[in-house]
Amino acid sequence: MALPRPLSKYPALSSAFAENSIRLGAIALDREHAIEMAGELLVASGRSTPDYTLSMLEAVEENGPYIVIAPGIALAHGRPSEAVIEIGLSLVTLAEPVVFGNAANDPVRMVIGLCATDHSSHIDIMSELASFLGEAGSVNSVLNAVDSDQIRLLF
Amino acid sequence: MKIIAVCGMGIGTSVLLKMNAEKVLRQLGIEATVDATSVAIARESRDAQIILTTPDLVDQLQGLPSEIVPIEHFFDLEEITEKLSASLL
Repeated sequence: MALPRPLSKYPALSSAFAENSIRLGAIALDREHAIEMAGELLVASGRSTPDYTLSMLEAVEENGPYIVIAPGIALAHGRPSEAVIEIGLSLVTLAEPVVFGNAANDPVRMVIGLCATDHSSHIDIMSELASFLGEAGSVNSVLNAVDSDQIRLLF
Repeated sequence: MKIIAVCGMGIGTSVLLKMNAEKVLRQLGIEATVDATSVAIARESRDAQIILTTPDLVDQLQGLPSEIVPIEHFFDLEEITEKLSASLL
């Protein structure tokens, strides 16, 4: 059921998270599994094809665990390609934190999946994502949410 | 002055880093352009004074004329401010 809500604070962010793009309390066996789940949500929400999920996994294999951009937060993505249908974001919060191999920011408690069609059209979304994640308390609010509607109300 | 923010592909992490670096530079009153780019492109570039990147990618960027400034926490404006000030002020 849709909740009545005030005007969106982060309109680009709220449209980037399509329906079925958020999953809470998932159980991931390892880094690859966690990234795969973020990719599957981009597929489930109609923003990419399963090939894109493979490219997300290849990217972390190639370039390492730098995708853990802040304590507990990984940003998983592949290259813009024909496997991307539309710009989108997905979000998986993990029931148990998972080690990604990033000394400074491990373990990971949430994975944000990103798919973009080119190198520039997702800039508004990224700008809002940076502001949102930079807000004090936003990460805890995401981690403590009981359902995806509660997360949507944050942006 | 030119600064580049570098990640594996130049579309995710580096874009977030670019945005927060721009905020910090504005606060410090420093005029600079910050471009987000991939490791592969960064390795060919010779005109950036500073390369902002993650500690994981530092090894791949050695040997360039730019100063490499590794950032660990991309949303920690204090860390970015501290490290950019140390390099620029």
